[in-house]
Amino acid sequence: MTLLQHIGRYGLLIARAFARPEKYRMYYIRLIREIEALGLNSTGIVAIISFFMGAVITIQTAYNTENPLYPTYLIGLAARDSILLEFSSTIVALILAGKVGSSIASELGTMRVTEQIDALEIMGVNSAGYLILPKIAALMIMAPFLSMLSMIIGLFGGWIAGVSVGVVSTPDYVYGIQYAFIPYYIIYSLIKSVVFAFIITSVSSYHGYYTSGGSLEVGRASTLAVVHSSVVILLFNLILTQLLLS
Amino acid sequence: MIEVRNISKSFGDEHVLHDISVSFDRGRTNLIIGRSGSGKTVLLKCIVGLLEPTGGDILYDGESFTAMDIKQKKKVRQKFGMLFQGAALFDSLSVEENVRFKLDMFTGMSSREKKERVDFCLRRVDLEGKNELFPAELSGGMKKRVAIARAIVLNPQYLFCDEPNSGLDPQTAILIDQLIKDITEEFNMTTIVNTHDINSVMEIGEKVVYILDGRKWWEGSNTDILKAENKELNEFVFATRLVRQLRKDEI
Repeated sequence: MTLLQHIGRYGLLIARAFARPEKYRMYYIRLIREIEALGLNSTGIVAIISFFMGAVITIQTAYNTENPLYPTYLIGLAARDSILLEFSSTIVALILAGKVGSSIASELGTMRVTEQIDALEIMGVNSAGYLILPKIAALMIMAPFLSMLSMIIGLFGGWIAGVSVGVVSTPDYVYGIQYAFIPYYIIYSLIKSVVFAFIITSVSSYHGYYTSGGSLEVGRASTLAVVHSSVVILLFNLILTQLLLS
Repeated sequence: MIEVRNISKSFGDEHVLHDISVSFDRGRTNLIIGRSGSGKTVLLKCIVGLLEPTGGDILYDGESFTAMDIKQKKKVRQKFGMLFQGAALFDSLSVEENVRFKLDMFTGMSSREKKERVDFCLRRVDLEGKNELFPAELSGGMKKRVAIARAIVLNPQYLFCDEPNSGLDPQTAILIDQLIKDITEEFNMTTIVNTHDINSVMEIGEKVVYILDGRKWWEGSNTDILKAENKELNEFVFATRLVRQLRKDEI
């Protein structure tokens, strides 16, 4: 299949996923389950990675700005902007593409090869809507919370590391993260996280839903889901940055 | 009643089904038999609409299924029950949730009514009290029985079974066959079973259609098979010495 055919088939699948549900209550139950599976179960990994990334960003900034002319509060400022602008949305999205994307593709892929998706269709259920829509909605709801969690823990990790290593004092770090603060950066980051959540769930669902063959193809679909989600995230990161910050 | 009229199906240059016409009666167990790769699964998938036929028509009680739009097809499909080769139970749902799924999705029944219906269906397939188990905790035969319970929960008019005996021991296979035959009569359904199991053919084949290389090769009942003079059919059905001996004795 050519790239254009993939894009066309992806568009048709997403249109089917957004068709009117047969019964809203059933979709709601699935949405709650997906919020837990895709969102709440990702808080641990997001928290751990954010803490260490915040710590590393702070220490690296400190060692790269070792100059008596630079005030040390710049360490806090640089860490804040790195975390808010890129890390909490883009890097967290790439991490989620690995964790959530592969899980979605393998779940749907397994359902496809074991005929569970066919079973839904035979029952008269819109399988794309029932299986994919709650996933998209769940991660789009949870992504801003994960992003904010990442911001807070990243800044906290930066403070712990900076003070422990002795490269910045607590007052300087706190002053730095407050200095020349632009609240719009948070909005920008949250918008990006919602768009990335849509990309992760829809691209991974596409790969899982159209799996054919056996377990080998499920693994391949899972890998493709992660790779393609990541590439599309990076592409949209560029587009959104230009659109939202220009 | 299901009528298949001049159905053909191709995948690119590969022609899998060639101009097949056959009708399947209500209240009877209709069997499609044939070797692996003969096209019987493709035919069944065309009948239920999982594959679009390249040509021809499928009629459900006189109404053209192939001419229907997606909404109309969904309505007709709500009258379907299907037993897949691997049972196709939803892994994340318990036995009760699997059987109850269609009731939750398509009816406004109360929880108590749903529970009663699920319990009735599970009793019918001899799985009373197994409500809380998950598919991973069931044997192959139990999975098939849960799939049958799920298929009959909304009193379907049409039942489709794709290789219901694959992977089962002969005794369990006969139980599943008998169950399919019994519920077909009980619910007065039009049942189509896709199989290459000769025991099934002899046990429940009220109408048998033999498919070879994507063409309808022979049509009749299980008793007709014993006297059939069709060379290809005989090679398929009487492939083992034991069955050949049985035929000899029967004749």
